[in-house]
Amino acid sequence: MTQLPQSTDRKMGLVIDLDTCVGCHACVISCKGWNTENYGAPLSDQDAYGADPSGTFLNRVHSYEVQPAGGHAQLIHFPKSCLHCEDAPCVTVCPTGASYKRVEDGIVLVNESDCIGCGLCAWSCPYGARELDAAEGVMKKCTLCVDRIYNENLPEVDRVPSCVRTCPAGARHFGDLGDPNSDVSKLVAEREGMDLMHEMGTKPVNKYLPPRPKDQIEEQIDILAPLLAPVAEEPKGFLGWLDKALEKL
Amino acid sequence: MHPAPSVIIFTTLSGLGFGLLFFLGLGVPDVSGWVAFVFFLIAYALSVGGLMASTFHLGHPERAWKAFTQWRSSWLSREGWCAVIALIVMGLYALGVVFAGQRWSALGLLGAAFSLATVFTTSMIYTQLKTIPRWNMALTPAMFLSFSLAGGALLAGQTTVSIILLVVAATIQALYWWRGDTALARSGTDIGTATGLGSRGDVRAFEPPHTGTNYLLREFVHVVGRKHAEKLRIISFVLAFMAPVLFLLLPFSHAFAAVAVLSHIAGVATSRWLFFAQAEHVVGLYYGKR
Repeated sequence: MTQLPQSTDRKMGLVIDLDTCVGCHACVISCKGWNTENYGAPLSDQDAYGADPSGTFLNRVHSYEVQPAGGHAQLIHFPKSCLHCEDAPCVTVCPTGASYKRVEDGIVLVNESDCIGCGLCAWSCPYGARELDAAEGVMKKCTLCVDRIYNENLPEVDRVPSCVRTCPAGARHFGDLGDPNSDVSKLVAEREGMDLMHEMGTKPVNKYLPPRPKDQIEEQIDILAPLLAPVAEEPKGFLGWLDKALEKL
Repeated sequence: MHPAPSVIIFTTLSGLGFGLLFFLGLGVPDVSGWVAFVFFLIAYALSVGGLMASTFHLGHPERAWKAFTQWRSSWLSREGWCAVIALIVMGLYALGVVFAGQRWSALGLLGAAFSLATVFTTSMIYTQLKTIPRWNMALTPAMFLSFSLAGGALLAGQTTVSIILLVVAATIQALYWWRGDTALARSGTDIGTATGLGSRGDVRAFEPPHTGTNYLLREFVHVVGRKHAEKLRIISFVLAFMAPVLFLLLPFSHAFAAVAVLSHIAGVATSRWLFFAQAEHVVGLYYGKR
């Protein structure tokens, strides 16, 4: 059923720390590795070793440069995957009921055996979170590793999404954002976590922690500076001639 | 947006087909027997042909029947229902007109209503998308409906009504282009809100996630041919509206009417190509495109 639930028992999601992310793309690789061989159809690649490679990914890392009005530019690495929106437009547009949002944990999933591959859900997603797999003809998206987080065959430490488990910088956090006392909710409150494209009204569950302000490099006068002045003088002799000759060329 | 030929063919032809069915349902032109049969044949060829073309872009057309299940929330599902109901009701009505010499006018009115509803639901599939500000306007359904009615009147051979409806459609088309060109800017969505970093300074896409292309770029970030958009708008406007009106104003001949119809179809198809090719999906902002 592609009508959205009125509310969900929990709001499982990710908190992504833009201050900490180093842009290593390890989450991208671990996501593809886990999800190509577990839930649903594999994440296919086309022309993987050829001149024009492309493939299906559920998580991609962009990099942005932010130039403040004053001060230095900042480079911000920006991982992006499904935000498991509370008001998910991808669910309501689906004509077959293949797209749905779970009542128990708020995860947005695709039932691939019902998906006709019309692509309308991807059209309705402002975040580019859904990709139609070119080999299978069905829509693929982040499942929040639904086959890991409740999997009692895995050690408890591994019962988090693959991207979270892999991140070497600790930039990704997983938890219940519907519970104000959860670690992730406290983190969002403390760091003023934000929504992407708030104006779209999708009410994303995933939050992004903005980068902390950079240290200001103040103009300093070093009292030793005069002593460190360059000692090179005008070259003389052969080097002087060579310098002039090269200048003239 | 990627201007997929299947969707352009679908919206162009089925818009015309359902437009003609609308007029036939109203009893215009007042025909019966074999003449009526030919009119209905043309209407069904266009509407059903268009609907068939629309299934070509599906990843799994064999499961298309499942699209009838979600009419409570999905405009695509509602479109499926309206199309099937319109075709069945108009089919029964056509049986009466062609073979029984009977005009069951209540049935015709019902079929006409569902024919227009089909065009409206098609337009709402695009209009509902906040992600594409150029489509997310009341002018989108107005454009689809006015094109369908003008084309339907043209095919139904209604000279005066056609001229009026073509002028109305041309006006809506011009308004749609005018408002559409500023729709993305007016939506307030830019790379700053997309990344949430806009309050910190000027945001620039520094590096894309992959060196190659991907589904999102192919489907949503179509920029090829945009440079010819202005010329194509003029071509489309002349073919879809100005030339047909001119031919209709000339003394009536079947040859002129045929030229008017063909010109109109070519113009509408060009307009539909622009409808997709010029539509900016906000996901392009993440890639620094727009």
